[in-house]
Amino acid sequence: MRGLLRQLQQWAERRLPALTRHRQPESLPITLHRRRIYIVPTGFGLGFSVLLLVMLVGALNYNNNAALLLTCLLGAASAASMLVAFRNLDGLRLSRIQAGHATAGQPLELTLALDSDSPRSAIRIDLGDRTLAVALDGTATTRAKLALPTTQRGWQPLPRLRIWSTWPLGLFRAWSWLHPEQSVLVWPQPEEAGPPPRAPAEAAQQLRPHHGDELASLRDYRAGDPPRHVAWKASARHDNLLVKGFEQPQRQPQWQLDWRQLDGLHNEARIARLARWVDEAQLRHGSYSLWLPDEQIPGGSGPLHHARCMNALATLP
Amino acid sequence: MTAPEKPAVPSIDTRTFDLLSLTMALVLIVHAPHLPMWLTATLALLLGWRWWQRRRQASLVPAWLKLPLLALLTLAVIVQYGSIFGREPGSALAVGLLILKLLETGSVRDVRVGVSFACFALMAALLFGQGMVATMVVALGLLPALATLRALEPAQPSTSLPRALAPGLALSVAALPLALLAFLLVPRLSTPLWGSPLADQASTGLSSSMSPGAFTELLIDDSPAMRVSFDGEPPPPDQRYFRAFVMARYDGTSWSYRDTGNQPPTALEAEHAVRYRIHLLPTHRRVLPTLDVPLDTPPHARMRRDHVVMADRRVNGALTYELRSATRYRLEPDLGRHQRRWLQLPDGFNPRTLAQGREWRERHGSDDAAIVRDALALFHDGGFRYTLVPAPLGRDAMDDFLFDTREGFCEHYSSAFTVLMRAAGIPARVVTGYQGGFWNQLGNYLLVRNSDAHAWSEVWLAGRGWVRVDPTGAVRPERVSQGAAAAAGDQRPWYRNDWIQGLRNRWDIVNQWWDKGVIGFDALRQRGLLTPFGIRDTDTTTLGWLLAISCSLFMAAGLAWALSRRQPRDPLRDALRELERKLAHKGIVRRPAEGPRHYLSRAARALPGQRSELAALMSIYLELRYAHDEPPTEPLRAFRKAVRDFRVANVVK
Repeated sequence: MRGLLRQLQQWAERRLPALTRHRQPESLPITLHRRRIYIVPTGFGLGFSVLLLVMLVGALNYNNNAALLLTCLLGAASAASMLVAFRNLDGLRLSRIQAGHATAGQPLELTLALDSDSPRSAIRIDLGDRTLAVALDGTATTRAKLALPTTQRGWQPLPRLRIWSTWPLGLFRAWSWLHPEQSVLVWPQPEEAGPPPRAPAEAAQQLRPHHGDELASLRDYRAGDPPRHVAWKASARHDNLLVKGFEQPQRQPQWQLDWRQLDGLHNEARIARLARWVDEAQLRHGSYSLWLPDEQIPGGSGPLHHARCMNALATLP
Repeated sequence: MTAPEKPAVPSIDTRTFDLLSLTMALVLIVHAPHLPMWLTATLALLLGWRWWQRRRQASLVPAWLKLPLLALLTLAVIVQYGSIFGREPGSALAVGLLILKLLETGSVRDVRVGVSFACFALMAALLFGQGMVATMVVALGLLPALATLRALEPAQPSTSLPRALAPGLALSVAALPLALLAFLLVPRLSTPLWGSPLADQASTGLSSSMSPGAFTELLIDDSPAMRVSFDGEPPPPDQRYFRAFVMARYDGTSWSYRDTGNQPPTALEAEHAVRYRIHLLPTHRRVLPTLDVPLDTPPHARMRRDHVVMADRRVNGALTYELRSATRYRLEPDLGRHQRRWLQLPDGFNPRTLAQGREWRERHGSDDAAIVRDALALFHDGGFRYTLVPAPLGRDAMDDFLFDTREGFCEHYSSAFTVLMRAAGIPARVVTGYQGGFWNQLGNYLLVRNSDAHAWSEVWLAGRGWVRVDPTGAVRPERVSQGAAAAAGDQRPWYRNDWIQGLRNRWDIVNQWWDKGVIGFDALRQRGLLTPFGIRDTDTTTLGWLLAISCSLFMAAGLAWALSRRQPRDPLRDALRELERKLAHKGIVRRPAEGPRHYLSRAARALPGQRSELAALMSIYLELRYAHDEPPTEPLRAFRKAVRDFRVANVVK
């Protein structure tokens, strides 16, 4: 039975590309229009119509007009629920999709921004085999978070989303396929373990105490201090002379991560190692730079820098 | 606002279960009137317990409890009814199973099955009585059912329980026009597809035999039996006799009607005829009551020898028929060879009564009328009492009644009177039917209840034919002039006192409308549906087409509603439209794809006299439209006022 249904579905998709998944990707925002919303009765809906038929025949056979009236009322209400189901989707707008960050193999969090000018309930969004149910209150934009499974680094086009609803009675299922023309960038998966980055030659020099330009402290005058370091104004308020101490805070060593250092590894292994180094550097709140064949990223730190490096790694050929 | 759906079998929440329990409770309530009291109470307890248990801990009821309960229910139904088939046992079993289903309801699928079954059980309740109030209550039972289905849907704003019922009501009200249309046009079956519907239903109303005391059940049943409307004035109360059976044979305990086959009706000379229509509620019998002596027969019915009208089939649904009847007449002026039949008396019964009859005959000789007068005088002055709860009678029932107990109601009086007449050698018979009724001024119809059932006598007098004599009237004249309710006096139960009865009689007009318009809308009426449009006979094919066409029309209307997009109101745009309309009068029409700035500059050039005004309006509009996300209220109001006040001056060219 299921196999037959699947075959039927495949046939429908071949014959009616507009109906189902073969819809071409389109740019956001996507507004659900009546021509792209389809409705079929659910299994429960079919069962319920059989029940209505039995009730109808019973009422007619027993010549019972009150029962017939009740059956007609129930039938008409069921039919009207089809329109409600349609209206629940009609005019719904997917305004944008924000993608989170994820490394290959991890689920990537998509945030769908849904807009509507009327309240809607029980809107369900299918992505792969995951389903999410949301309700829209008709005023503010509703954000729905979905997890997108990823396999490999690089640009990954968004798959089709099925947006559907069986509101209000579960008798009819209205659905539409959305195929947003958007890709998400999946970061490379860092290698499990490996050597730390080689410390650069000048690292030792960088680790020496270092006189900087910034005023760090005031201390008592010691013989031999240059007169231009005396803090005259501050000293005026004290009994003895004060001297400005210029010292730069201890800097972390800057890692210079370099593609060229990793000779002898194939591309993906190089990328995985670099990704691990970038992650480690980010965890240490350290500063690092990245040299890649077609992009050189100067030293820096922080999440934005991290994301920039990872993006660069992800888009490597 | 968002919630990931669990992939495993989704369990249902408390609200859904509450609504489902409410649905089940309503089903139980609408079935309660015909379920045995103990079964209703047990099921109600079970329902309440399950609800409480589910609230305390969301778990299922173990199987060791469910199976014995199921067996117990089946056993109880068999013990009570002797079978599980048929209408009563079937519905008792169905309601019981429905409540038991609640015990194992844990998943969405269970709830859907439960709700579907509940809808069916609600409809089944209407098989027991399709009164208006019952139908309304049952229809209300659909609301929690719809609300339950709605509550199954994920991600919806939470509401209170009463508010959860409102959308179902709105949906039903929106669906009402389509429902009514379908009700009108769904082709009715002229013959049932299976079985003989309601064959197991106890027949109500008059039966073809009568023994004194048998009416008692009927006389306290004040449900409507029929409604009669007359062309012209209704007959006065003491002439509202509706004949059903004419009974010839008496076996000492009861009178019975014998169908005389297809003998032609006896001769009738009518002097005054009345035309009327009777709307008869289902009796599950074939006899059709008629006012006095009918002159013709309705379709699908025959008139028997004694002017008793028999339908070809049992009256299982409401039936309306139109007739003419004679109210002043000479019926069977010549008795001929049938005389012996009307003098039949069983041997060896009621010796004292027979002696009384013979004595009267000896005293008055051949003056039959005098004998009748004597008999009525006996009832009037002999210390007889009208009561609905008479003392029981022995073997010689008429002797006991006439000379001993001296209390009874119409059956006793008519029976005793007829026996007395036959003893005196006067052909006589008992006639049963209805007498009286309530004249509903508002609806112009006579409401006859089952409690208006009556029995009287007819005696045959030479030269006058059969003459109606109502001995009950001699004892209790109110019975004839004011009806059964007045005659019963203070013997009625408390809830049938005068003003409640009066209220019910007046309220009956609504029931009449319901019975005629809804219950009585049968295949015949449906065929005449299009008579106002010149189609006398609407056959099934036409009905099918009509149904298809009008359903399509309704669907189109529904689609139009579904497709309509509500445009958010934009007062600023409306104001600009108004300005455009004003300018369009002067021929300055905004072109498609022309921006407001270009358009208003063009207008200013075309109307040099109002250039400054238009320029000001334009700048305000642009300011309001583009300087803010939302136009601020105060300046917007000022702009709308300015547009309203703007008058296009005549252009001097």
